[in-house]
Amino acid sequence: MTDAPALAVSDLHVHLGESHVLQGITFAVSRGRVTALLGRNGVGKTTTLRALLGLVPRSRGHVSLGEEDVTKLRTHEIVRRGIGYVPEDRDVFAGLTVEENLRLAERGGAGRYELVYELFPELRERGGQKAGTLSGGQQQMVAIGRALLNENALLLVDEPTKGLAPFLVSEVAAALERAAGLATILLVEQNLGVVQRVAEDVVVLDGGRVVHEGGAKELFAQPERVRQLLGVHGGAA
Amino acid sequence: MTTFVLLTITGLGLGAMYFLVASGLSLIYGLMGVLNFAHGAFITFGAYAGWWISTKVGGSVEGQLLVGAAFAMLVGAVLAAVVELVFIRPLYRRPVEQVLVTVGLALALGALVYGIWGADAKFYPVPDWMLDTTTILGANIPNDRFVEIAVAAVVLVGLISLLRFTRIGLVIRAGVENRAMVTALGIDVRKTFTFVFALGGAVAALAGVLSGVYFGTVDPTRGTTLLIFAFIVVVIGGFGSIGGSAVAAVAVGLVQQYANYYAADWLDWSGAGDVAVMLLLASVLLLRPEGLAPKVAH
Repeated sequence: MTDAPALAVSDLHVHLGESHVLQGITFAVSRGRVTALLGRNGVGKTTTLRALLGLVPRSRGHVSLGEEDVTKLRTHEIVRRGIGYVPEDRDVFAGLTVEENLRLAERGGAGRYELVYELFPELRERGGQKAGTLSGGQQQMVAIGRALLNENALLLVDEPTKGLAPFLVSEVAAALERAAGLATILLVEQNLGVVQRVAEDVVVLDGGRVVHEGGAKELFAQPERVRQLLGVHGGAA
Repeated sequence: MTTFVLLTITGLGLGAMYFLVASGLSLIYGLMGVLNFAHGAFITFGAYAGWWISTKVGGSVEGQLLVGAAFAMLVGAVLAAVVELVFIRPLYRRPVEQVLVTVGLALALGALVYGIWGADAKFYPVPDWMLDTTTILGANIPNDRFVEIAVAAVVLVGLISLLRFTRIGLVIRAGVENRAMVTALGIDVRKTFTFVFALGGAVAALAGVLSGVYFGTVDPTRGTTLLIFAFIVVVIGGFGSIGGSAVAAVAVGLVQQYANYYAADWLDWSGAGDVAVMLLLASVLLLRPEGLAPKVAH
């Protein structure tokens, strides 16, 4: 087992049109831990995840998975290094059934369907249903299920509780806790209750830069610092 | 009644060719966002390749035609794959340049056909029984119409089976919806792009061969003529939808035939078929601009 972090980002810059969204961010995600990427709306959290995967072009900087520099690899090559991605808007394939959505994500013919169905029994029952006809919560289950289907070393999870009813937020948080035992997680999440429940480390972005990096408990023990960095107070999940 | 039956089956035969051209065009646009004006060249090259090889092989006319169709599909697939790999792939993030390249390719490949085979039409090898007629409800239907309809039906079933029951079909259907997310699942979507281009090229070339049977000849403008109607079929059917293309192709073929005949018969107006197709297109764009089956490959 290497000592290198699961993910290391160095001096990453991203321009979207005229906007310099990420202005040289550097941070690391420790192996086997859950790191929350936090910040106010529009600071570049989603762009960071997309840039890590090469879904948006990077202007400068490096991305490493373990000891391998993957900066120059294409998206599918990076993902095949062992990444599961849960996008912000779920991005399930509406015209495909639940089962087809999962099957599409399977790599190497060894999908962990039992794990996914154990976490989300509803997906087994709705296997033949078109994903576009599912509720938002059910679609989120499909999106998380896709990421968990393969034995990924790293999960990039973008706002998994966005727009969900409170009882579903708790269910998703429980799934993330379970996933944390299986993989390293980089989590973008606005619900600080969920962050406090699952995250061990935090990285805070502001103005396209990293403005804080450290332990989650330490940060949330300082409400004034949380308010200063995020403009909100923490809450329970 | 006899005239109506004749027009209907002839319209279906024409629609069959439109479908063969439109299906590839639709998948290519739906999956890759490429508006491929060079698709007509795949039709023309396919038609000429089929004719050329049939003049080189012996045996029955049926055998020549079958060899011609197989060779044409091979030529169409290889030509389309080369076009995708060499000209389209470097321009995936530059759609305007992509359109310009496909227009340029259409012109260049068209000129190449003139250069190789000349401007004169070539007679296609058509078995006698295809030139004979079968009487249905009093109408004498040329047998080749049934062949064209049957081939298109087989291709339709084949394409739908490919999309529904194979891994690459699953990737195509997902890619038509959201190709960025497909790559984010670790799938090299570029291989699928090349496959779909080659498949579209093969089916377009087959349409070229069938057009040779339908019209009895092939000439350098064949692809361009069919391509215009195929684009209309794709817009009406919905980009990326094989089922939508099939329905739209039948509608366009029938409307064209009915309008051509009845406008000439009742109004003494020739060429009304093309106008009727344009009106059909305009109606769909006004009432259902996303097409009959929007952006879902099935």
